Amino acid sequence: MDNLNQSGYWLLAVWLVPLLTALVMVFIPSRFAGVIRGLAGVSGVVMFALSLYIFIGYQVGEGNIQFEKSWVWMENAGILGPGGISLHMGVDGIAAPMVLLTGIVIMAGNVVSWKIQFRNKDFYILLLVLVSGVFGTFVALDMFFFFFMYELAVIPMYLLIAVWGSTRKEYGAMKLTVMLVAASVLIFVGMFAVYTKAGIGSFDLVRLWAVAQTPNGPMDPQFQKIFFPFMVIGCGVLGALWPFHTWSPDGHMAAPTAVSMLHAGVLMKLGAFGIIRLGIQLFPEGAEFWMPGLMVLGTINAVYGSFSALAQRDFKQMIGYSSVSHMGYVMMGLATMNLVGINGAVLQMFAHGVMTALFFAMVGGLYDQAHTREMAVFGGLAGKMPKFSIFFMIAGLSGVGLPAMAGFVAEFNIFVGLFRSYPLFGVLAVLSAATSAAYVFRMFAIVFFGRFNTRWSGLRDIQKTEVFAGTVLAASILFMGVLPKPFTDRISPSVLALPGVIDPTADTPQTAETPNSDHNYDLRPERRRHDAIGWSA
Amino acid sequence: MNPDYSLLIPEYILAVWAALVVAVDVMMPKLRRDVPAYLAALGALAAGIASVLYIDVNKGFEAIPGVTIMHVDDYTTYMRVLLCGIAVFILLMSAQFVRMRLSHAGEYSAIVLVATLGGMLMVEGTELITSWIALELLSFCFYTLVSFARRELRSNEAGLKYMLLGAFSTALFLYGLSLIYGVTGTTTYDGIAAALSNRGEDLTLALVVGFVFIIAGLGFKVAAVPFHMYTPDAYQGAPLPITAMLSTTSKAAAFALFFRLFTTAFLPAHEEWKWMIALIAAVTMMWGNLVALQQTNLRRLFAYSSIGQVGFMLIAVAAATQDAGSSLLFHMAGYAVTNLAAFTIIVVFFNREGSDEIADLAGLAERQPFLALAMVTALFSLAGMPLFAGFFTKFMLFVSGWDAGLEWLSGVAVVASLISLYYYLMVIRQMYVIAPRVPGRFRTPALLWGVIAVLVVGVFFLGIWPAPLLDAADTAAAFLFRA
Repeated sequence: MDNLNQSGYWLLAVWLVPLLTALVMVFIPSRFAGVIRGLAGVSGVVMFALSLYIFIGYQVGEGNIQFEKSWVWMENAGILGPGGISLHMGVDGIAAPMVLLTGIVIMAGNVVSWKIQFRNKDFYILLLVLVSGVFGTFVALDMFFFFFMYELAVIPMYLLIAVWGSTRKEYGAMKLTVMLVAASVLIFVGMFAVYTKAGIGSFDLVRLWAVAQTPNGPMDPQFQKIFFPFMVIGCGVLGALWPFHTWSPDGHMAAPTAVSMLHAGVLMKLGAFGIIRLGIQLFPEGAEFWMPGLMVLGTINAVYGSFSALAQRDFKQMIGYSSVSHMGYVMMGLATMNLVGINGAVLQMFAHGVMTALFFAMVGGLYDQAHTREMAVFGGLAGKMPKFSIFFMIAGLSGVGLPAMAGFVAEFNIFVGLFRSYPLFGVLAVLSAATSAAYVFRMFAIVFFGRFNTRWSGLRDIQKTEVFAGTVLAASILFMGVLPKPFTDRISPSVLALPGVIDPTADTPQTAETPNSDHNYDLRPERRRHDAIGWSA
Repeated sequence: MNPDYSLLIPEYILAVWAALVVAVDVMMPKLRRDVPAYLAALGALAAGIASVLYIDVNKGFEAIPGVTIMHVDDYTTYMRVLLCGIAVFILLMSAQFVRMRLSHAGEYSAIVLVATLGGMLMVEGTELITSWIALELLSFCFYTLVSFARRELRSNEAGLKYMLLGAFSTALFLYGLSLIYGVTGTTTYDGIAAALSNRGEDLTLALVVGFVFIIAGLGFKVAAVPFHMYTPDAYQGAPLPITAMLSTTSKAAAFALFFRLFTTAFLPAHEEWKWMIALIAAVTMMWGNLVALQQTNLRRLFAYSSIGQVGFMLIAVAAATQDAGSSLLFHMAGYAVTNLAAFTIIVVFFNREGSDEIADLAGLAERQPFLALAMVTALFSLAGMPLFAGFFTKFMLFVSGWDAGLEWLSGVAVVASLISLYYYLMVIRQMYVIAPRVPGRFRTPALLWGVIAVLVVGVFFLGIWPAPLLDAADTAAAFLFRA
């Protein structure tokens, strides 16, 4: 698989396919609902195939940026210097799994949405624009386009939720939109500051990273300490960082199925991804200074989220809070600034993405028949809806962190990383994991077992579309749980290439997490610096 | 040396064409009332094409040897083309409206052309009196146009308010000019700049007072807070296409004058007026966007939204750098295209329903999906969302403000821009989320459908491939700073 074509056009295709599909749909009369469904399904499969290709084609071991391609969009005009804004794309080992995740979730989401009857054309157009933005953000290596795509992913949400949503949809939609756009104000300001301060007249992230990481460069530590929080809080809101997470349960509860899947599954990952790209990589000094703060917030996320989930009665709201909690693990993993922890964070981004998408797909299948999501009114569904129950339990068990599930691999890495750097917070994280077991098993007990409520004797098992989505997502969970190597092989070298990341295992013989043992990590200056100030465990 | 009369061909075209349109209207009384508008649109188009011929011309119009009262350069060309383009679209959207609701179709179209002519002269003026006369030409056209719906009380009220406040602001402006003349002893921009750069310290107070009056006068014209009071009434009362014109032609021309005056003549005294404009900019953008939140009428909403936009554009004037200039010109074009699209949609809706209340847009997505989609495009562009023109133009404007040392102002602008998203979303909510009050789909007339389609494509084009326009704006702005 090493000789796959690594042209940057693959990355161009992966975000243009949804955008062009949306454009084509604009011109299909809305009465051809079947054609639109078919087109959506096909584009879902194409996106999945492309993202899988990018994931597989990413050469293991280097940790560098691959599939790179750059077109100058605009330069030497106004404030822009040479190479001012370019459509610079590329993936590293962190972005590649995220692209795959998006491909998986959108394929499932498109198929699940086939049953939408009301203005299904408009729905798909908006959904595809959103996905285009998500793909674009993951592959963008230009700060302007990063933000462009990021906003593009946020904007269609309002209509998607307000028109096709359910419980308190307008409230949820407006709250979500306003909070996320307010957050992007911070990113906006951070971008202006970086652009002006770096003084290279370009928004190219790779060049800006180089400037930021130059010792005694224009972006001095003081500056980085001031503006790091702008970027991280700005992105953190989308990642449901406490105390800015309140849009998440309301938004998820209101959103239609596919939108919940995408939003919890992928969009929240954009926030964490933004923290890596615009936080850790763009402000290494700021990251070093502020990471303990992020650790505290992430811990509150994890613990608060899981305890809140314990108290919920509505399926979606419970999953919403469980997402808050799981994103807390991601934040904690990122905040460790060591290889294992950040590895775990990225793995968790993937694991939580497929898991929560599976959750929402299944809840959607139930809600469309039952028209309620109150957990207490159900009971004994395992006998009535076996397929539904199996998929739901796979998602639940992955969330709990059962071995052989994706969640286990991710959480295990995060906990190891935590215990190396912040043992106390590691204890809290484990506490939160225990709580998540409590709310998941409580839900199982209430909904799937217990006495069957005869009110629901009319329920049928989930439809074929949901079985398809469930199979894809559950297969991803099990695959990553059983065989995490393809993921860790890609993620680790790239994580290690982040500035300021230390590898606590580097002194001992290389483990499976860092397969390219010919690379001598001891030579890395960052590591020595951290050792000197006593950050490594 | 005689003045080079060939520099003003686009102006001649507009003037002659305006007379022609009136003549045609008088001589053919049976003419359908939308024909003069189409005829006038052709004239504006011709003037626009003629303007293009002046690319890279860089020459002054010397009324008396040594006194350059007008200057034709790329800045002029850019704005001429923009103003003519706006006029074409205004006239196209007027045709049906005039036929349905107004009398004196010939005069209406002719005055639109003359207003455009006034705007072009404002752009070119490099001498205080010339610029002032041009400004008055534009203003007088607008006083007439705003009150053109003679039988409607609102239109009369709007016209009267606009005229009284406009006259007052003109007086302020003139008084300011006289103070500047007193300090510098000349009325040409170049002469003022020269006099200001080696002035004595004791003259600063008179200068500052002069700037205050000039800024107040121009503030009225561009509708900056606290001189914006007439705007919502004028927007609501004026015939709808004129509202569109107020928000585009009037603003573009006034800003062109504003920017040229302050960056060529007054640049040596930048420190004296920078803070005033920055302050006004901050207040304007916050006030406009906050008050817009509670509007229930589309036109008043757009009035306040345009006040907010004025605040953004003032950033560029306060920054007074070449980068800011190119961002300003660029933003102005994007804003004009977007606003024209929005107003054409409102015109279609108004022609059909006779209402401009936001609540009456309910369910537009069901009744006329094309209009609703186009409106979403326009509103998202105004809010500054990606894929649409507004995102990139605002982005450049804010970055150039930040770059020029007005970090706080750019920060305020981003927050104001966030606020604006809320009220644009409320309009979108009416169209998409709320069920229609009146059943039945309707169609958009073919011509206006085409106009809207062109403008919407323009909004996307500027959002996706803005490089050509930004380059043009950059070249244009460079002329002001070539010294």
